[in-house]
Amino acid sequence: MTTKIAGPEMKALHFNSRKPAMTTGDRVVGAVSHTALSIWSLIVILPLLWTFMSSFKTSSEIFASPFALPSQWRFDNYVRAWTEAGIGSYFLNSVIVVGSALVIVMVLGAMCAYVLARYVFFGSKAIYYLMLAGLTFPIFLAMVPLFFVMRNIGLLNTLPGLILVYVGFALPFTVFFLFSFFKSLPHEITEAAALDGAGEWRTFFQVMLPMAKPGLASVAIFNFLGLWNQFLIPVAINAAGPRVLSQGLAAFAGQMGYAVDFGALFAAVTVTVVPVLIVYIIFQRQLQGSVSQGTSK
Amino acid sequence: MTSVKAKTIRVGDGASAVVGPDTAPPVYKRRRKPLTFDKVSFFVVFLGLPLAIYIMFVIWPFIQAFGYSLTDWSGFSPKQNFIGLQNYQRLFSDDVFMKAMGNNILLVIFLPIITIVLSLVLATLVTVGGSSKGQIRGLRNSSFYRVVSFFPYTIPAIAIGIMWGQIYDPSGGLLNGILTSLGMDQFRSYAWLGDKSTAMIATMFVIVWGFIGFYMVLFVAGIKGIPAELFEAARIDGAGRLRTAVSITIPLIRDNIQTAYIYMGILALDAFVYMAALNSGGGPDNSTLVMSQQLFFTAFTKGQFGLASAMGVVLAVATLIFSGLVFLVNRLTGGDKDVSL
Repeated sequence: MTTKIAGPEMKALHFNSRKPAMTTGDRVVGAVSHTALSIWSLIVILPLLWTFMSSFKTSSEIFASPFALPSQWRFDNYVRAWTEAGIGSYFLNSVIVVGSALVIVMVLGAMCAYVLARYVFFGSKAIYYLMLAGLTFPIFLAMVPLFFVMRNIGLLNTLPGLILVYVGFALPFTVFFLFSFFKSLPHEITEAAALDGAGEWRTFFQVMLPMAKPGLASVAIFNFLGLWNQFLIPVAINAAGPRVLSQGLAAFAGQMGYAVDFGALFAAVTVTVVPVLIVYIIFQRQLQGSVSQGTSK
Repeated sequence: MTSVKAKTIRVGDGASAVVGPDTAPPVYKRRRKPLTFDKVSFFVVFLGLPLAIYIMFVIWPFIQAFGYSLTDWSGFSPKQNFIGLQNYQRLFSDDVFMKAMGNNILLVIFLPIITIVLSLVLATLVTVGGSSKGQIRGLRNSSFYRVVSFFPYTIPAIAIGIMWGQIYDPSGGLLNGILTSLGMDQFRSYAWLGDKSTAMIATMFVIVWGFIGFYMVLFVAGIKGIPAELFEAARIDGAGRLRTAVSITIPLIRDNIQTAYIYMGILALDAFVYMAALNSGGGPDNSTLVMSQQLFFTAFTKGQFGLASAMGVVLAVATLIFSGLVFLVNRLTGGDKDVSL
C-alpha cells in the first residue's frame, strides 16, 4: 500500500528536479534577460558585420548609403589593401615577430617561474618582487629610455629588436601565472625523477614542462592576444623599421586622411580581425577556461 | 630505469656521472648538494637568461626614466644638464598637459565604473536568469552570448579604433545612417568625434564596447565558482533574484571586481591606442587629449626627452596612487584580503 502511494510521488519529484516548472515570474525574467543580452550581442556584432560588408563596396557606394549591400561582391579592395597598402607584408612581419616572441617568452618564462617556484635561494624573493614591479609600472614610463637602449645596441627599427622587447614585457605576466602553476605541482614527482637519476635539465623538460601544459596553453593564448594587439611598442621603437600589422593599419588609416580608399581600409581592418576571430572561435572553450583560472590564482 | 640513468649521464656531464651511481637518494636529497655542472648550468640558463632580457629591456629603462626626468636632455645632444624638478614645475603649469591630465581623470572615474556595472549586470543575467525552482541554473543558451560578447577583446585595439572611427563618420557612417533612418534628421552629418560635447563620450563608448565582454566572462567565471548551496540557502530564506545578486554574488566576487577595477583604471590612464585611432590630434579643443599622447608627441616629435620622461613619471605615480586608492577603498568597505593580480 505504502509503496503504491510513494511510487507516483517519487516519480513526480524526480521529474520535477530534472525539468523544473517555469513560473510566470521566471518567464518574465528569462524574457527580459534574453532581450537585454540579445541587444548587447547586436551592438557587438553589427559593427563587425557592417565593416565586413563595407569591405566589398567602393568608396562611392559607402557614401551613398551605409546599409546598402555592395552592388557586386568584389575583392579589389582586398587586393589593393594586401599589396598596395602593404597589409600583406605587415601581416607576415606580425606573424614572425609575435610567433618568435611567443615561443621565446614561453620557454624563458616557464624556466624562470620554475626556478622561482621550486627553489629557495638567496634573492629569490627579490627577483619575484622585481617581476611584480614590471607589471605595476605603465609601459609608457619606459618608452623614452628604451628607444635609446635600442639605438645604442643597434636594434632600433629592426624586427629582432622588437622580438626582444616583446619578450621582456610579456615576461612578468608569464612568470606570475606559471609561478603559481609550478607551485601547485606535487613535489613527489621531482623527487621521483631525481631518484631515477634525472638531472635538473631533464627533470624540467621531460617531467615538469609536460605536466604544466594546461597552464602553458592559457598563458600562451593571453600572450598571443596581447602581443598581436600591441601598438605602442612598435610605434615607439620600430617607427622606421619594417611595420607590424597594428602599426601598418594605423599608418594606412592616418595617411588616408579624408582622401579616398575607404573600401581598402575596411578590407584591411577585416584582414586584421578575421584570423584572430577564427582562432578565438576554435579555442573559445580553452580561453574562457583560462579567464577563470587567471583570476582564481 | 637503466635507460634513464644512461641518458642522464649524457644530459649532464662528467660531474653528474660521477655523482649519479653512489647516490643514496633520501638522505642525500635533504643535504646541501655539491655544485655540479648540471646544477650550475641549470641556474645560469634558467634564471640568468630571462633575467638578463628582463632587466635590460624593462627594468633598466624604468630606472633611467626617473633619471632623465631630472634633466633638460633633448636626446640627440650629448649634454644632459641636471635641472632638478624644473620639468615637473613646467608640466604642472602647462595648460595642455593639465587638460590632458583632466581628461585622464575623467576616464579613470567613468570607464571602470561603467564597464564593471554593465558587465556585472550581463554576467548576472547569464548566471541567475534561469528558473527559480529546482536546481540553480543559468539562462538557457547563454554560451552564445558569452562567446559573442568576448569578440571585441580578441580584436586589436587599433582595429577597434579605426572601425569605430568609420562608424562615427559624419556622412558615410553606420551610426548616423541608423539615426537618420529612424527619422532623426539632425544627425544627417553630425560629427560625433568632431564636436567638443560628444567627442569624449563617443570615445568612452568605444573603450567600454571593447571591454564589457571580457569582464562579463571574468565575472561569470567568478560567479560559477560560488558553491551552489549558498544560492540555494539564500533562496530557501526567501531572497529574490535581485537580493541574491546584491547580497550574495557581489560580496563573493569582490576580489574579481577589485582586479577588474584596477585593470580598467590602468587602461584609462593610458588609453593611447584608442585616442590615437579616433582623434590622433587630441580632438576638438583637446577634448580627448590624454597624457600618453602628449608624452609621445613631446618625445618623438618635439625631441624633449627630459620633459617626456617627467610625464612618464607623473603617469606612473598616477597609476600607483590609483591602485593604492582602490585597495584602500576595498579594505575600508570590508574587503579583508589582498587580491592576487
